[in-house]
Amino acid sequence: MALSVREYRARIKSTESMKKITRAMELIAASRIIKAQQRAQSAAPYARELTRAVSAVATYSNVDHPLTREPEESKRAAVLIVTSDRGLAGAYSSSVLKEAERLAEKLRGEGKEIDTYIAGRKGEAYYKFRGRPVKKSWNGFSDQPSFEVAHEIGQTLIDAFLDEDGGVDEVHVVFTRFKSMLVQEPTDIRLLPLEVVEGEEKPSNGEVLPLYEFEPSPEAVLDGLLPQYVQSRIFFALLQAAASELAARQKAMKSATDNADELIKKYTRIANQARQAGITQEISEIVGGVNALADANAGSE
Amino acid sequence: MADDQLQVELVAADRTVWSGQATMVVAKTAEGDIGVLRNHMPVLSLLVDGVVEIEPVDGERMFAAVDGGFLSVANNRVSILSQFAALAHEIDVAAARAELESAQSEGEDGEERARRAEVRILAAEKAS
Repeated sequence: MALSVREYRARIKSTESMKKITRAMELIAASRIIKAQQRAQSAAPYARELTRAVSAVATYSNVDHPLTREPEESKRAAVLIVTSDRGLAGAYSSSVLKEAERLAEKLRGEGKEIDTYIAGRKGEAYYKFRGRPVKKSWNGFSDQPSFEVAHEIGQTLIDAFLDEDGGVDEVHVVFTRFKSMLVQEPTDIRLLPLEVVEGEEKPSNGEVLPLYEFEPSPEAVLDGLLPQYVQSRIFFALLQAAASELAARQKAMKSATDNADELIKKYTRIANQARQAGITQEISEIVGGVNALADANAGSE
Repeated sequence: MADDQLQVELVAADRTVWSGQATMVVAKTAEGDIGVLRNHMPVLSLLVDGVVEIEPVDGERMFAAVDGGFLSVANNRVSILSQFAALAHEIDVAAARAELESAQSEGEDGEERARRAEVRILAAEKAS
């Protein structure tokens, strides 16, 4: 028993207040997840209609657009890493960064140079600390991304892709896919050049995509559609990442709260033991004292 | 579905603005205004910033402001996609006017913003 009862009591108190904080964070994350999921759901119709339109154009006209063209030789790749702005979300940021490292390793193995783009403060800090160059970064929206941000990121990446000299030949996005409240998976997708999406939503037998008339022309429609499609994919990635971040935070905070509970239990037991030991000692001291007095008195009589 | 109805969906990037049955849709494409009735041929066209009119089966004619986007018509289904879309009653006219003024003071840089603000005001005025 190295410490006194008073010191154990102080520890219990501080653990209790930590527990209150982690518990509050857990509840906040839990309530925000629902909102994040609703946002992801309300963005779905746009993505669905856009996918349908892109497949329609892709099916009924010869797609040859700079955004879908495979470069003959790929030398430079851009990687967008979607991380969180704030910590206390368990392994969320580190696992997405690990996935990005893996992808970067693979791309380097294929002889490509890598331009890094980052969303979220955690990723920025990670790259800054290691002194690695970052082409461009965005932050301040990781738990509730707006379409404007996706628009801006998308425009930057498209510009980099279309830039003839010094531009990149492919664009990858690394983000965390929200599978369920319990499972979030860091994933990478190749954003550009776009793969023609025909396969994504095949019309069932008997239901054929209608023969569309394109106004003003298939090329112009494609020109307008594809950048929006790219932006919508990025928006999707951001929304998924936001939901994953909140889920990861909720999980991390839940285990922190549970751990605090355990600690409090343990400390209470030790404190009780210490208190009991103190009492026992006092009693034995008193008894010892009384015995000694009795012995002394007995001797003198 | 009655004989003269269309299934219309007006979708913005982050939400479905309106969806329901309508008899007619008028929108402003890159090549001019287009009106869509039932059994219109399949069309996929680019929209410019402008006002979209929807004549719903029940209720009054509606106006919505869109910032560019697409109109796709197939099998009596009309979808209008735009990064930003708002129905007339959702538009804050005062805010749009303020936006218009600030955009105009920027000269050419604010041209796009000014046009979009104008469209919003126009949509709100048409509805009233």
